[in-house]
Amino acid sequence: MSEFLQSLVRGLGTGSVYALLALGFVIIHKSTRVISFAQPAFMLAGAVLVAHLAPDVGFFLAVPVAAVVIAALALGVERTVLRPMIGRPAFVVAIITIGVDVVVRVVTNAFIGLDVLPVGDPWGLATVSLLGVEVQQRYLVMLATTVVVVVGLFAFFRFSRTGLAMRAVAHDQEVALAQGIRVGSVFALSWALAGGLAALAGVFVATGAGVDQQLWVVALKALPAVILGGLDSLGGAVVGGLAVGVVESLVGTYQGDVAPWLGPNFALVAPYALMLVVLLVRPHGLFGAREVERL
Amino acid sequence: MRGRPELYTSYAQDSAFLNTRPKRVGTGALVLFAALVPFLVTDDLLVLLATGFVAAIGAIGLNIVTGYAGQVSLGHAFFLAIGAYTGAALSGDPDGRVLGFGVTSLPVWLLASGLVAGLAGLLVAPLAVRLRGLYLAIVTLGLVFLGEHVFREWTSLTGGPGIGRPAAVPELFGVRLDRASALFTAPQQLYLLMLVLLVLFGVLARNLVRSRVGRAFAAVRDRDLAAAVIGVDPTRYKALAFAVSSFYAGVAGSLLFVVNGFFDPGSFGLLLSVQYIAMVLIGGAGTISGAVMGALFITLLPRITRELPGVLPFISAEPTGAVTVFQVEAVLYGLLIVVFLIVEPRGLFGIWVRVRNYWRTWPFSY
Repeated sequence: MSEFLQSLVRGLGTGSVYALLALGFVIIHKSTRVISFAQPAFMLAGAVLVAHLAPDVGFFLAVPVAAVVIAALALGVERTVLRPMIGRPAFVVAIITIGVDVVVRVVTNAFIGLDVLPVGDPWGLATVSLLGVEVQQRYLVMLATTVVVVVGLFAFFRFSRTGLAMRAVAHDQEVALAQGIRVGSVFALSWALAGGLAALAGVFVATGAGVDQQLWVVALKALPAVILGGLDSLGGAVVGGLAVGVVESLVGTYQGDVAPWLGPNFALVAPYALMLVVLLVRPHGLFGAREVERL
Repeated sequence: MRGRPELYTSYAQDSAFLNTRPKRVGTGALVLFAALVPFLVTDDLLVLLATGFVAAIGAIGLNIVTGYAGQVSLGHAFFLAIGAYTGAALSGDPDGRVLGFGVTSLPVWLLASGLVAGLAGLLVAPLAVRLRGLYLAIVTLGLVFLGEHVFREWTSLTGGPGIGRPAAVPELFGVRLDRASALFTAPQQLYLLMLVLLVLFGVLARNLVRSRVGRAFAAVRDRDLAAAVIGVDPTRYKALAFAVSSFYAGVAGSLLFVVNGFFDPGSFGLLLSVQYIAMVLIGGAGTISGAVMGALFITLLPRITRELPGVLPFISAEPTGAVTVFQVEAVLYGLLIVVFLIVEPRGLFGIWVRVRNYWRTWPFSY
């Protein structure tokens, strides 16, 4: 039982990181109808920035600074690269973001080198006993931070004027434009938000293990999460992220005994298998809006 | 009609395989030139060009599903892998370390790898036809990851990561093409083989897309609902596009490693898929010649960047320098995709069309 609870907490912890990343994907998709494959690069860049800042200014100052810097970087990318592409097919823009991802990642990798960079987080691999179950502190911190961020984001979308504008653009760009909402600013803001969330997620992925050149692969796990939840549902992104984390963790714990024929490391691809199964049943994910076809 | 060579008097003329005289002459000359290349350049360049031709077959395949039928696939590496392993297993040594059946005859394993990959495409199709746009892109991305896992674990077929297995054996009418013969060196033979196959598959694809099926693909791409209304079955044609595209990928996959003779499961990752997407987009989506141009461009790019340290001394050829060739190469991939899509969405083919039109109307080309 305690093995189950441990892997559940671990799953929720990593799942909350996927949720942060997935929120970024969904925020960009809702406002611009595009999937940004540049999220992995922003995540990596955030983690690297914290790793370089933390020894000087301390971990807790480095994280918000990194989030803001990466948000500014994402905003800059949107203005220079994505803005000329407005009105072009969504998949062409998505491919452009792959190009951006490659460029940002290669440049970032130059700052990592071949070693593993520690991010200077205060938790490391320390554990704490919670109701008789040993869990790593960093998973609890991840979960708590995600809850705070998610509540903040939902409040922002629900109560602020800017949030209202973003919801209007997500609902119908042309009508929003006609109501005097600056759609361009909303695009830029959603990229900045997604960049900041990715940087935050990157820091949490790197806690415990540190940053290496393969860290970005983790960000791709957020893709099954967004598909699972539905591309245009913020709540779905959170649920999908947590679900992916938990499934990955539980498969990692039990698959060796239950289904060894799937091979070791099946846990790493389990989210994708889960995604395929869900899509067979619900092509728009669990919470995604059904497309209405009109002629 | 004399003096008006481009006046078509029938639909057949307009949709002919090569509809103008300059195209017929130009294409003929180009193929002739390509056939003469082995006697003009060194063997290492021939190897590179042969790889480029194989990549072109694969890019044509991706172009059929993405450029013509409008279904974005990031899963091309998966189908390339299926083709590569089918070909390698069929022609492999029956007593070897990895699975092999000893059928070394090239037409047999080439067709088989195409068919197996095509079948895999058909299996994926039911999922693919229900999704559209970016949902589909991510699902096909998932295929690549699941495929990578299977190939890593199935060591009796793939030899395992880092070790790998020999690629398919190219044997035609009892002659090993990967060994020097009396007349040709091995690279010359392989180059000519790949050239012939590229022309063959290029012509087939060109004929497919200008047929009834090709028009149905275009209808589905442009607006699948409207296509359904005028009687084109989108489900059927999306599945068909996936199957044909996977067939091409299978053929290309089985040939891709013939030149260097060896490959391992790590070859079929996301990067390979992205490279093929880059070939199609840089070359020009929705044109066969564009796919060929893009494939050659992407394949020759590393060769060009390798010359950079000679020109720009701050770039290091060693993997440890501050700015290495490998970094420059990767950044170039990314930048080229971004710049091409923003500035010239029709890719290299679009540039060619502009050049052509300039000279066609010369000296009044403004």
